[in-house]
Amino acid sequence: MDLSFSEKDFMFREEVREFIRTEYPGDLRRKMKQGKEFAKEDFLCWQRVLYNKGWAAPSWPVEYGGTGWSATQRYIFQEELGQAATLNILPFGLKMLAPVLMAYGSDYQKGYFLPRILTGQDWWCQGYSEPGAGSDLASLRTSAVKDGDEYVVNGSKTWTSFAQWADWIFCLVRTNSMVKKQAGISFLLIDMKTPGITVRPIITIDGMHEVNEVFFDNVRVPIKNRVGEENMGWTYAKTLLSHERTGTAEVPRSKYGITSLKKNARKHISNGKSLLEDEYLSNKLAQLEIDLLALEYSDLRVLSDDFLGKKGTGAEPSILKIKGSEIQQRVTELALEITGYAGFSSLGGPLPMESNAYPTGPGFGFGAGSEYFNMRKSTIYGGSNEIQRNIIAKTVLGL
Amino acid sequence: MDISIAIEDVLFREEVRDFIQEHYPSYLHDKIAKSEELTKEDFLVWHRILHKKGWIAPSWPKEYGGPGWTSVQRFIFNEELSAAGAITTMPFSLTMLAPVLMQYGNEKQREYFLPRILSGEDWWCQGYSEPGAGSDLASLRMPAVRDGDDYVVNGSKTWTTFAQFADWIFCLVRTNSDGKKQMGISFLLIDMKTPGITVRPIRTLDGGYDINEVHFENVRVPIENLVGEENFGWTYAKALLSHERGGIADVARSEVAIKALRKIATTELSDGGPLIENTIFSKKIAELEIDLLALKYLELRAVFNEKSDDLGPNVSILKLKGSEVQQRIGELRLEAVGYYGFPFKYGPQTSNTAIFPVGPSYTQFAGPSYFNLRKTTIYGGSSEIQRGIVAKSVLGL
Amino acid sequence: MDFSFSEEQELYRATVSRFIQNQYGLEARQKIVNSDLGMSRENWQQFADLGLLAIPFAEEYGGLEGSAVDTMVVMEEFGRGLVIEPYFETVIFSGGILSIGGSNEQKQQYIPRIISGECIFATAFAESQSRYNLADIKTTAKVRNGGFILNGKKSVVWAGPWADYLIVTARTSGSQFDEKGVSLFLVDKNSEGISLKNYPTIDGGRASEISFENVELSDESLLGHIDDGFDLLEAAVDRARAAICAEAVGAMKALHETTLDYVKLREQFGVPIGNFQVIQHRMVDMLIAYEEAVSITYMATLHLDHPVEERQKSVSAAKAKIGQSARYIGQEAVQIHGGMGMTDELNVGHYFKRLTMIDVSLGNQDYHVRRFADLTQ
Repeated sequence: MDLSFSEKDFMFREEVREFIRTEYPGDLRRKMKQGKEFAKEDFLCWQRVLYNKGWAAPSWPVEYGGTGWSATQRYIFQEELGQAATLNILPFGLKMLAPVLMAYGSDYQKGYFLPRILTGQDWWCQGYSEPGAGSDLASLRTSAVKDGDEYVVNGSKTWTSFAQWADWIFCLVRTNSMVKKQAGISFLLIDMKTPGITVRPIITIDGMHEVNEVFFDNVRVPIKNRVGEENMGWTYAKTLLSHERTGTAEVPRSKYGITSLKKNARKHISNGKSLLEDEYLSNKLAQLEIDLLALEYSDLRVLSDDFLGKKGTGAEPSILKIKGSEIQQRVTELALEITGYAGFSSLGGPLPMESNAYPTGPGFGFGAGSEYFNMRKSTIYGGSNEIQRNIIAKTVLGL
Repeated sequence: MDISIAIEDVLFREEVRDFIQEHYPSYLHDKIAKSEELTKEDFLVWHRILHKKGWIAPSWPKEYGGPGWTSVQRFIFNEELSAAGAITTMPFSLTMLAPVLMQYGNEKQREYFLPRILSGEDWWCQGYSEPGAGSDLASLRMPAVRDGDDYVVNGSKTWTTFAQFADWIFCLVRTNSDGKKQMGISFLLIDMKTPGITVRPIRTLDGGYDINEVHFENVRVPIENLVGEENFGWTYAKALLSHERGGIADVARSEVAIKALRKIATTELSDGGPLIENTIFSKKIAELEIDLLALKYLELRAVFNEKSDDLGPNVSILKLKGSEVQQRIGELRLEAVGYYGFPFKYGPQTSNTAIFPVGPSYTQFAGPSYFNLRKTTIYGGSSEIQRGIVAKSVLGL
Repeated sequence: MDFSFSEEQELYRATVSRFIQNQYGLEARQKIVNSDLGMSRENWQQFADLGLLAIPFAEEYGGLEGSAVDTMVVMEEFGRGLVIEPYFETVIFSGGILSIGGSNEQKQQYIPRIISGECIFATAFAESQSRYNLADIKTTAKVRNGGFILNGKKSVVWAGPWADYLIVTARTSGSQFDEKGVSLFLVDKNSEGISLKNYPTIDGGRASEISFENVELSDESLLGHIDDGFDLLEAAVDRARAAICAEAVGAMKALHETTLDYVKLREQFGVPIGNFQVIQHRMVDMLIAYEEAVSITYMATLHLDHPVEERQKSVSAAKAKIGQSARYIGQEAVQIHGGMGMTDELNVGHYFKRLTMIDVSLGNQDYHVRRFADLTQ
């Protein structure tokens, strides 16, 4: 047992840190600081910087343009990104679709799509959930019926993040409804420009537009855009769920969050002293930081294969996701508490005519309300925490 | 809406308070303060005093010897008993068995048993749970087989509180094992002196001895001791579960306990000052008091609801929250005494060990009571069962 | 970065685990708990024979030069077995003070006797008013010709009844709460002027209230430097804290396993209660709490030799977290076991009691969250 990083890893960390310091776009840094909304171009800009360095896809194999890093290096890379509070590159193309294509896609699909994912040329969104299929994802109904060389797709998908920007969507669709619900699902890649697709924005409680409903009305999809075999889509989708063993905990981002919390609490004066001198608040902060430390070391243990009795049951990401999301929520909860009344000012939503320019109240409080409400999603998406508990109960505890 | 109390209720409260002050045996206060184990006689002494006054069975109808109080008066009575720190009267006969007898017992049973319950002449215990039938009570198996004018009972009951003191036990037994499990249960009254009954003590983790396993081996029970009809016992037992209103949440007792906790925290030191001045600890007490206030008003809303005499699912909610508050008090009491949670009065007494108390006398109670209070979310229908009831009856789930 | 165990560590684990499996079942343990002495001298000798008592000590005194991870493994297994014998008190706590602060002569004199199993040590640090403040000391040691005179009272000295020697914290200067002026003394329990009041503890052990009345100590009994004992004490206490965290981890693991077995076997409403989602999710949350406890215990243990502030911060984080998870897992295990969890007859209640008292020991959650906050904010 040993906590130290090797000399090589140490050098690597230095390299990453230096790269971020010099290459991370300054206006993204400013936008983050001011709590401004990010545009599609912001994400793409950062991805291009990473791509040019060859670091856009740390988890990909070298042959596809990955970095060939060790698990520890990938961990360090994530840690440095988190501590620098860089913009999160969205996972849909790079982390969710790509591994499926690599494992099950045709040569054409791999050759065509993977490079475009890497460069950011195509923006992908994910079409899994449906209005009637949430936690019980396998009950999805959007149908794809074969007609000549095409599938005709009808139905709707929901909670589709950034569908408004997407060039493509990868969908789970029903190709057989006569069998066990998991057995009749296929994995389709659909061009968002295909006639018959409409995107309806869903405004969330934080006032923001991130998620959408996507409707399919006789949308024709060439069969060559089916991944793998027909009716095997559920298996493909499931394997990718456990693809990333660490990182689901989002430790570095929460660390950054706590550091800013402390900074802000120190600035905030209440009853003549800083909020950090308020014993209740400082206790809550300490408690949160302690929980994050426990999570960080759990993450590290997963990295070194000492977790859940070394059995590698595949449930590690579920545990990390449960605790990670809870901690993210507590970070935003405390941020809102620290902000006090200024939390009323909302980042998203319509600005009334008579409103003054934002921000209202202390700069750091800006957006705290929105972020708190927004973060409630973290225990719901990507398999709600209830679903994660079911997975753990089944795979680890044998219940 | 109005939270004032009628003048006659104020007067009633004073009457009760005066009575307790004058007649409650002070030696019992001492015993509790020293956390000495209470004997059967201790319980009976207070029982007899209340009986003499005519107050032993507040919820009984007048015809059977109840005082004829309103529900509000009963609530006040309970509050005052708790506030005075009086020992509880045993619920098994007075509030659990008696209503069943009144409603479903025959004339002979009522005439014989009720007066003896009232006077304390008979000590009753309850034979419901079995080793294999806990939360799923209706799955109980202990058979009672008809043989001439007797039932022959075989099997065992468990978690039987104070079986070691009991003259009688009221039991749910299985008289029919065909069909739905709730349908074949009967309600029997069994004399604890009957041959074939043995009582095995169960020591609990706090070192105390209140509960027992009771074994029945070919125990013969006269048919005249069957309450109501054969195979209807489940209905009778269920009816009595929602009988008693108020007092379930034990708000008044918790109020007294928090007051005592504050006193402990004022005496105990932390960094040279009273523990109560420690910001975090005092915040925890404050949070607990707030929870208790919410619970109190939950209880008041239920008790002062003139529309219905039946508490219904409120019983479950009051029990849930009440038990949690009690446990939390125990938790904070243990925190308050610091290292003096270690000395264990009920531990093995050997030639090497000292005579208690070790440390201030209030500390002796802190450890054992913390552990003992864990039972409150388990007994009388566990918190899980109560939530199940609320989900079904209130939420329609 | 590596969390694997060495071959030696796996061997310690197997050794202790075998001992517990073969000789330390609940019945055997309760027999020891209820015996006149309250511990087993035979077991203690066995620990000596197995080399367990030698693990953390330096080779020159007959030790095995083991690391904190080595003793962590042992403590974890002792936690699983609810071992009563005073390994923690003698080897980890008092042994730690001796190793860190003892002079060469003191080590020569006492460590080999600890390793051989010949003598048991206890550390007398708490006083009735002190709660978790290690510097809150009224007991005094006045300098006199060639030594000291010790006066005062110590509370809840774990393993006090069994100890041959005591390490006592006393004030040689300063006022009641000063860190400066705290000194540590190694005291023969049979010295004149020492009286003990022994009693059983709620988690199955034994402890003493000890009073010192004009106890005469020689100069050689001083451990470390006069007036400067506090840092030494705190360093040893932090090591002791990390060790009981490991003990708690072992107990939590056993408790979770026992409860998991129970929910698979116990049938109510026609199915094992583990079929209910309400129970499943609670078992999962207990598992997560356990894994978090493991993680943070590793962290603390691996930081014991880091710079002081990092050590303190890591240890307090761990002890706070352990207090929380120990309480949570203990309470849930009892609740899920229902009435059976309340009895003295299953090991559940005994684990629960030990876990509860581990939170109380050497600073509870509140204390350590506060200490962590003070160090990090």
